[in-house]
Amino acid sequence: MNARTAVTESVLDAALLAGLVEGPGHGAVVTFLGLVRDHNQGRRVTHLVYEAYEPLAVKALDRIVREAGERWPSVGMAIHHRTGRLAIGQASVAIAAASAHRADAFAACRYAIERIKQIVPIWKHEFFEGGDTWIEGATADPDDPEALERAVRIACA
Amino acid sequence: MRVTVRLFARLRELGGASELVRNVPDGATVSSVWQSLVQDFPAFADYRPSLSCAVNAEYAKFTAPVSDGDEVAFMPPVSGG
Repeated sequence: MNARTAVTESVLDAALLAGLVEGPGHGAVVTFLGLVRDHNQGRRVTHLVYEAYEPLAVKALDRIVREAGERWPSVGMAIHHRTGRLAIGQASVAIAAASAHRADAFAACRYAIERIKQIVPIWKHEFFEGGDTWIEGATADPDDPEALERAVRIACA
Repeated sequence: MRVTVRLFARLRELGGASELVRNVPDGATVSSVWQSLVQDFPAFADYRPSLSCAVNAEYAKFTAPVSDGDEVAFMPPVSGG
């Protein structure tokens, strides 16, 4: 899968993403993997099922890559998000951010994961010992300037 | 005119379908499509303050007009990552 942004049922590969964004002018590439954790808010999680509105989710990922490129012009970025049933320890999201210097790569990578949680139409269905629940996080509004500012603040902290 | 409604996550479960075809009057907006859904699925009403919507897979405002054949998506708060 060579697209820089994707929503996929396949296993994610951080090294593949890094390869998509690295270039001769880059002195740093930061990769991030989000993993399925075995606990959440006191519940013993058994697995997650991710659901996406795929065409809009891909557009939202593209938007995040564009936003990161506007804020950190030297950054190249790729983001893949997984859907379907994921076991504990499996990666649900992979991000690679490459740049000339490490500071921008770290910041852009952090920015991307914060924005994913704000504006990408993907949902976690959490299955735990004794039940299941839909996780509902942020009301997605890509044009909300406060959310964007919050992501920038976290990225640059 | 007819629009296709897409529902996701808990809304999909409450509505019992991921896709519904609805007849709506000319001049309908995203908001009026939602109102017609709430009539059939009263449990949807709680979602209005936290809901996002899209028309033809682009984020839209509730005031946006809809046209015959449009795909109108209603999305509960997202939780990717």
